[in-house]
Amino acid sequence: MKSLAVMIFSLIFVVPLAAQVKQINGAGASFPYPVYSQWAHAYHNAKGVQVNYQSIGSGGGIAQIRAKTVNFGGTDIPMKEEELNEAGLIQFPTVMGGVVPIFNVKGIKPGEMRLTPEVLTDIFLGKIRTWNDPKIRKLNPSLKLPKTKITVVRRADGSGTTWIFTNYLSKVSKEWEKKVGNASAVQWPVGVGGKGNEGVAAYVGRINGSIGYVEFAYALTNNLSYVQLRNREGAYVRPTIESFQSAAANADWNNAPGFYMVLTDQPGKDSWPITGATYILMHKDQPDTATASAVLDFFDWCYKNGNDSAIKLHYVPMPESVIKAVHDHWKNNIKVSGKGVWK
Amino acid sequence: MKRKKLTPQLKFEAMFKYITASSATIVLIIMLLMFIQLTYNSRLSIEKFGLNFLFSSSWNPATHEYGALASIYGTVVSTLIALIIAVPMGIIIALFLVEISHPVVSKITGNAIELLAAIPSIIYGMWGLFVFAPFFADYIQPFLINNFGDIPFIGKLFQGAPMGIGMLSAGIILSLMILPFITAVTRDVFIMVPAVVKESSYGMGSTTWEVTHKVTLRYGIKGVIGACFIGLGRALGETMAVTFVIGNSHLISASLMDPASSIASTLANEFGEASEPIYLHALMQLGLILLLMTFFIQILAQIWVGKLKKSMGTGL
Repeated sequence: MKSLAVMIFSLIFVVPLAAQVKQINGAGASFPYPVYSQWAHAYHNAKGVQVNYQSIGSGGGIAQIRAKTVNFGGTDIPMKEEELNEAGLIQFPTVMGGVVPIFNVKGIKPGEMRLTPEVLTDIFLGKIRTWNDPKIRKLNPSLKLPKTKITVVRRADGSGTTWIFTNYLSKVSKEWEKKVGNASAVQWPVGVGGKGNEGVAAYVGRINGSIGYVEFAYALTNNLSYVQLRNREGAYVRPTIESFQSAAANADWNNAPGFYMVLTDQPGKDSWPITGATYILMHKDQPDTATASAVLDFFDWCYKNGNDSAIKLHYVPMPESVIKAVHDHWKNNIKVSGKGVWK
Repeated sequence: MKRKKLTPQLKFEAMFKYITASSATIVLIIMLLMFIQLTYNSRLSIEKFGLNFLFSSSWNPATHEYGALASIYGTVVSTLIALIIAVPMGIIIALFLVEISHPVVSKITGNAIELLAAIPSIIYGMWGLFVFAPFFADYIQPFLINNFGDIPFIGKLFQGAPMGIGMLSAGIILSLMILPFITAVTRDVFIMVPAVVKESSYGMGSTTWEVTHKVTLRYGIKGVIGACFIGLGRALGETMAVTFVIGNSHLISASLMDPASSIASTLANEFGEASEPIYLHALMQLGLILLLMTFFIQILAQIWVGKLKKSMGTGL
């Protein structure tokens, strides 16, 4: 009799528990990893659901979500609407951030060096080879520039950060577009390759005369010198949360089908020119309601409660109107056997 | 005739035979499966690029043009540098330990060298990047560039910016990693040279130098070469330490100061982000090439050692 009681007891209590999701898994872009891990931690404290996000890179994120090994994927490289439809995916932006050229030249402090898009491109093309090149001297008459050789540091692995950076260089230079192009990994004309944002930051920190690019948070945590860059209005801007916000404010999300949006080289006197958004990818057809709503609930919670921690880490939160559009997008597209999940 | 029933002892013997035979077969099967898998998974790249894959140095994930030449070049040159440094040094250390040093010194130094072999390669990589590279960039590289950079012909090897990372740094770190293997094996070989042979040579009035290079080295040459190939095998496939210090650039440059890339470092860097099938297959083909390289080097080594045995009449 006792065992029957145990069976009934467990049927009543254990089965409903099994339907509640305790853990959701995601993988992808490393660019937003610092903020996602903070959000996951806070969300776990608030709701008791574990969110695992593996920072394996945007390409990996896209591959993993296609293979359905994770509940959501992360990417910095927006997918075009056709590609999304073909793969049965939706994407929505979570935060925006800036990619910053960093350098290490003895005696020059953060923000002192001014560069134009043309000079930046020439450095990464290997055409400007020393720091006392007349083109750099002309932009920085007050700086004492050494004759040190320039060492370009870029990513050795494929990366969404590289995609944003080469997207910018392709926009400002026809030569770059033709010779190198815009991709998550390209054939670099010159330079040393570091693995991950950390790798690039470590190399730039080590090598005298180096210049590289990283996501802004990595420049700050590693105390690296960043440049002032001339934007398309001709103003020199520093990388700050305000200048990222100014670039992000231009984004016309309502006319971006499938939230495809590239934020490089935006207008605005205060706009930082190398800005990008990072995205979450999910399958339109979800296998079960519990998991699907757990994932959506996590991101909904982040939109509502995650802004402060995002700003602290120098990411730009999404504007209210975009969040509303994302909610509508969820409602219309995410389904379990034809029935909507998000209400 | 009725078959005799096996005693438990004989049963055990038979089982033992099967277990040993199947264990040995598993190795062969795994080896074969690896070849098949790697070839199958690189078929797109093999179809598209053909033999050109081996001779093209372009590595462009944006346009999906892939060639292995830069990676093969980096692998071969960094391994050569490592061998040029580690082989003579390993043999000299082994000779010192066996022939010259006091037994106590020999024991302590020998153990220290074996400990060196136990250090994980990631530690070598981190040490290489954070300790060795800055030192190399500040003191050694400027010296090399200033003193050798202007010499015609050889100077080409020593031009460029002193970054601390690059082909030469990778070669030096690799040489440190394979040195303990070469030393340990060579020492064991030298110890095994029969004392009678050496003593008779001393008895005929040979000096220590004459005994070492005419008797010990000659006697143990097969083992020494075996030691070198163990080192070579490790250097060819070494991944983490090289990835840290080689600079990861798919460019072939004459200068040893410039960044380069090896097959193993390319795989370590690019596998995670290779989402396109052709990219993945090109990386798989790189892996296949590395496997074939080590395979053929082993075969060559066997042939060479066999020939040496005939021509030099070695004892071991």
